[in-house]
Amino acid sequence: MKEKIISILNDLRPEFDFNEPFDFIKEGMLDSFDIINLVNELDSTFDISIDGIDVLPENFSSVDAIIKLLAKNGVE
Amino acid sequence: MDLLFQNKKISGVLTILPEREILFEDEMSNYNFTAAKSLKLKMAMGYNKHRIVEEGVCVSDICCHGLNYLFEHDKLKKNEIDALILITQSPDYFMPPTSNIIQGILGLKKDMICIDINQGCAGFVLGLVQAFMFLDQPSINKVVLLNADVLSRKVSKRDRNSNPLIGDGASITIVERSDESQNIYGNIWMDGTRADALMIPAGGFREPATNETAILKEDENGNFRSREDLIMKGDEVFNFVQQEVPPMIEALLDKASVSKDAVDYYMFHQPNRFMLHKLADKLNVPHEKMPSNVVENFGNASGVSIPTNITFNLGEKLCTEKKLLCFSGFGVGLTWGSLLMNVGKLNFCELINY
Repeated sequence: MKEKIISILNDLRPEFDFNEPFDFIKEGMLDSFDIINLVNELDSTFDISIDGIDVLPENFSSVDAIIKLLAKNGVE
Repeated sequence: MDLLFQNKKISGVLTILPEREILFEDEMSNYNFTAAKSLKLKMAMGYNKHRIVEEGVCVSDICCHGLNYLFEHDKLKKNEIDALILITQSPDYFMPPTSNIIQGILGLKKDMICIDINQGCAGFVLGLVQAFMFLDQPSINKVVLLNADVLSRKVSKRDRNSNPLIGDGASITIVERSDESQNIYGNIWMDGTRADALMIPAGGFREPATNETAILKEDENGNFRSREDLIMKGDEVFNFVQQEVPPMIEALLDKASVSKDAVDYYMFHQPNRFMLHKLADKLNVPHEKMPSNVVENFGNASGVSIPTNITFNLGEKLCTEKKLLCFSGFGVGLTWGSLLMNVGKLNFCELINY
């Protein structure tokens, strides 16, 4: 799952390295519109619908945070 | 606040949209972002094209065009109108009320009520509530509800947050008494502590327009706007809608003892497709029962978006059939409200150009 997430992130913002342990939000690697695109990609890739109330920057600040969010939606 | 009305009905809906159509691609160069990123946004949010008034066009111009269309086609008579409610955030003047201006231009009778209400995306729901309350007066038999805005004139063309989604237009909804005693359920919520989430800071009495307030400044996301332009805190608005709207709809249906399946259509305000899909998923409502194609075709004209949704998606159907509709509007104020009512066998339900 981790590789898939990084691949989606790289497609979204190819100018950044999402393998590095940065805070994606604080470092400006993802803005609010990137998050919307990311949610759409995650929804279609994993066949889920991330709850609208979880579309918050902190849930997309790292790969681990995204894995945690996917786990909440039943993605193992 | 829960609301309950009886013996009221909608008898006609007309939407009037500017003929001028602008494509998302035509404005991409205004934004401080790569074309690839803007196109991704277009896909996610459902932006495509929007209807924008020509320079100088005001709310009263579009409303009068629509009302004259109804008079000329014998769908409405001038002397039947006992109340004119105009919901707008872009009045012709600070004073007098634009509804009085419209009354004067059209030569409507003097024995009537004209009232302007400053509301936005919840303006259709709030306007219907006001119309229903007027109709409790024995002397008021027919109310004309006007929702109208030309907010493109207050949005920076270099603001990717707001410009792609904004739309202009007006709608006319005829509301009158009904012999049927069916209940209309509603609820309205307001939270002024979050009033700055959607705001035009300068140009009123608190911060009068000056040379300084007209200067375009860049925000942290690369958008340029002045303090006389609309500022929308998109993240806050999105989170507000996702937090507040689903429980409101659940409570409305619970109060009415109506199942989600029994509702034929969820005709919601449409800020963007992404937000609507998330609301539908949260409510476990099929996407086809909650149309989300208004923004991509016309833009979001605040309180006009629900009537546009009705006329564009259900126009012919509502002239011959009755459907149980759930309306919901949410936005500036902050305000969020909903209504559950049967709508149908309308005298007219159409969309025309200005």
